[in-house]
Amino acid sequence: MNKPVDFQKRELKGYSNVQIGEKSKYKDTQTYTDPSFLFNEAEATPAFMTGSEVIREAIKRANIDLSVAYPITPQSEAAALIGELYAEGYMGDYFRGENEFGVMSQCAGAAFGGARVFTTTAGPGTLRAFENFPMWSGARLPIQVCVTMRGVNSPLSIQPDTMEAYFLLETGMLVWHAETAQDLFDWILKGYIVAEMPDVHLPIAVCCDGFFVTHTKDTVVLPDEKYCLPPYDPYRSPVPCMDMECPPVRMMRDPFVMKSNYISYMTQASWQLEVRAAIERSRKHTKALIGDLIECENTDNEIVMIASGTAVSQSREAIRLLGLEGINVGLIKIKTLRPFPHEEITEALKNAKKIFVPEFNVAGWLAREIRAVIPNNERVVCGPHVAGGMTMPSEVIADEIKKAMGMKVSGMTARG
Amino acid sequence: MSLANLTPSPGFEKWLPIEYRDLVENGPYFRDKKPKVSDMGKFKEIVEEHPMCAGCAMTLFIRLVFIGLPSPEHTVIVGTAGCGRLAISQGSIPFIYGNYGDTNATASGLKRGLDVRFPNQFKDVLVMAGDGGLIDIGFQHLMHGWFRQEKFTTILLDNEVYGNTGGQESGMTRQGQILKMAPRGKKTGKIDAMGLAKVSEVDYIARIAPTNPARVARTVRRAVLVAREIGSSYIQAYTSCNIEYAIPTPDVMQDAFDVEKDRYGFEEIISDRAKEFLAEVEKKEKKDKK
Ligand SMILES: Cc1ncc(C[n+]2csc(CCOP(=O)(O)OP(=O)(O)O)c2C)c(N)n1
Ligand code: SF4
Repeated sequence: MNKPVDFQKRELKGYSNVQIGEKSKYKDTQTYTDPSFLFNEAEATPAFMTGSEVIREAIKRANIDLSVAYPITPQSEAAALIGELYAEGYMGDYFRGENEFGVMSQCAGAAFGGARVFTTTAGPGTLRAFENFPMWSGARLPIQVCVTMRGVNSPLSIQPDTMEAYFLLETGMLVWHAETAQDLFDWILKGYIVAEMPDVHLPIAVCCDGFFVTHTKDTVVLPDEKYCLPPYDPYRSPVPCMDMECPPVRMMRDPFVMKSNYISYMTQASWQLEVRAAIERSRKHTKALIGDLIECENTDNEIVMIASGTAVSQSREAIRLLGLEGINVGLIKIKTLRPFPHEEITEALKNAKKIFVPEFNVAGWLAREIRAVIPNNERVVCGPHVAGGMTMPSEVIADEIKKAMGMKVSGMTARG
Repeated sequence: MSLANLTPSPGFEKWLPIEYRDLVENGPYFRDKKPKVSDMGKFKEIVEEHPMCAGCAMTLFIRLVFIGLPSPEHTVIVGTAGCGRLAISQGSIPFIYGNYGDTNATASGLKRGLDVRFPNQFKDVLVMAGDGGLIDIGFQHLMHGWFRQEKFTTILLDNEVYGNTGGQESGMTRQGQILKMAPRGKKTGKIDAMGLAKVSEVDYIARIAPTNPARVARTVRRAVLVAREIGSSYIQAYTSCNIEYAIPTPDVMQDAFDVEKDRYGFEEIISDRAKEFLAEVEKKEKKDKK
C-alpha cells in the first residue's frame, strides 16, 4: 500500500485536462507548471516577509478556483491578502461568508462542483466550522484550510495555542503542522498535490502556530511567480463530481441513515475505514514531496525532545543551551499529525530513555499521541507545556528537562 | 451533461439496470418537448420509489418539482436532514447533503464553483429543504444567500413542523399549536418568511400549495429560470405532514385545499427585472409553440 514513490522522476499523468506550459486560465502571466519542476528546479529567490504574506505567495502559485474568507485573528490578514489576489485576477471567485460554518459549507459546495478551494481560519472559527470537517472527508472533498492556531478557551484569547489541532485529528482530514514560514509556503502547494491524488482525495488542514508564524517575518525562498500549479481535475475524484457532467445516477438506493440493518452499518463502517486508509495512502505522496514525515537530529541520545510546529524551534534552541552545559539531547520534528508517523517515531525513539514533548496547549495531546504508539511509554514526560498564549522560552524548556533529570536549576524560570 | 454522456455505449445497455435504460429512453433529459404534469405515468420520472410515509404531500410536491425543472440535465440539488431528503436523494439528479441547515451556504459555493468551471454552460442549482432546516438552523445562510443575491433557487418544504425528528415545533409552526417542545402551545406566530424574502429583494418569490400540479411545475420553472439569469428565487410550499398533524391519508388533498384557502393562497412577488425577463421568455415560448 505504501510503496516508496519518487516524485521527481514521476510523470504527472493526472493533469490530462491541461498542457504543462499552457497559460493559466486566470492569470495570463502565469503558466501551468509541472509541480516537481516548480518545487525543485524553478528559479527561486529569497524574500523576507510575514507568515500571512507567505500564505498569499503560496496561493498566488496554487491556481485555486475559489476562496471564501471570514475575519478572525490571526488569519484575517492572510484572508484579506488572498482577496487582493482575487482583485488582481489570480482566481475565479472570492467572497466573505457569513460565519465559519457558512464558509466551510461554501467551500464544500464549490468543491462538490469540482473547484479547487482554499480558506483560512483559526481558533473559535475552526470550532464554529467543525461539523463540516468530517463531512468534507466523508464526501472526499480535497479542500485546503490553513489553520493559524490560537486559543479556544474562555476567557477569550487570541494568543497562540495548539488545542484546535487536537480536535482536528480524528476528522478524517490530513493534518500537517508547519514549523516555519518556509514549511508553510511549501506545504500549502504540496498539500494540494497530495490531497488531490485519486487514492487520497481528502481535505487537508495545513496548520501553523498563530502569531509566531503568521505575524513574524522570516526568510522564505519563493519560486518565480510566473509559475503556478496545473488546475485540479475533478474527474480524478473517487466519487462523482456534482456538476451533472457524468451520467445521472441515483445517488442512493436506500438512505443509509434510515436503515437499521447490517448492510447499512457495514457501509458506514467501511467508508470510515476507507477514509482512514486514504490518510495512510497519502504517506507515499507526502514523503516524495516533503521528505520523511519526521526529521531527526541526534536521536541516539538518551534524552530526546519531540515536537511539532514552533515548539520544534524552541526545542532546538533549548538543546543548544543544554549542549553548552554538556547535556546532549536529541530532537524529532513531527511534520504530519495525520497521517501520524507512528512507526518512524517508534524507531527514532528506540534508544531514548527520557522523552520530552514541549507543547503549546494545556492538554499535552501530542504527548498522549506518542504515548499511545511507542513501547515503554513511561519514558514520555508530558511537557513542558504552556497554554493560553504563554510563550515557552528555550530556557524554560532546558530547565524543565534538567529538573526532570534531577539536576540543579537556577534562575527565575526555576521558581515554583 | 451531454446527450453522449447519458447514452450508454452500444453493447453495454443490456448490463445496465432497467431503470437506467428507461431513464435514457423515456426520461426528462434533453427532450425537445419537456414532459408535462399531464404526462405523468407516460415518462420516466426523476424520482419514483422513496421511503417517505404513505400519502405524504411532500413527496407529491417533490415529484412535481422535478417535472418543473427546465433543464434537469444541468441541475444539481442541495438538500439537508429532514423528510424531503429521503425522496430527493433517490432521484437521478446529483443530490448534495452536507450538514443540517447548511444548504444555502453550500449552494452559494456550488453555484459559484460551477460558474467558474463552466463559463459557457449554465448550471441550475436548487435547494429543497424543510422549515426547520431553512428557517431555524439554516436561517443565517438563507438570509445571507439572499443578501448576496446568490443565483440559485430555494424551495422551502413547509410542513410547519420538524417531521423527520418526530414532530417538534418549528419557526414556521403557527401560534398556539401543541407539538413536541411546545407542550403548552407555541407562544409566537409563524415566521413571515415571504416578508423576509421580500425585504431581502429576492427576485422571484412564490407561495404555493400543491393543489394545482401544473401550477407547481410552472412556478418551479419560473423560479429556476430567474435564478439562472437574474438573481435569487424562493418558493414557499405547503407540504403537509399527515403523520404529525394526524391528517388521515384520504384527506391530505382536502387539507391542502383548506390550508390554501386559510393561509397558503397562491402568490407571486416578482421584481421588475425578473418580470421583464419572464415576460420575454414566456412570449418566446408561446411563439415557438405556434
Ligand atoms: C446539527 C444537527 N442538528 C439536529 C439534527 C437533527 N435533525 C435531523 S432532521 C431534523 C428535523 C427536520 O425538520 P425540517 O427541517 O422541518 O424538515 P422535515 O423533516 O419536517 O421535512 C433535525 C432536527 C441534525 N441532523 N443535525
Ligand atoms: S413524517 Fe410527515 S413530512 Fe415526514 S414523510 Fe411522514 S408525513 Fe411526510
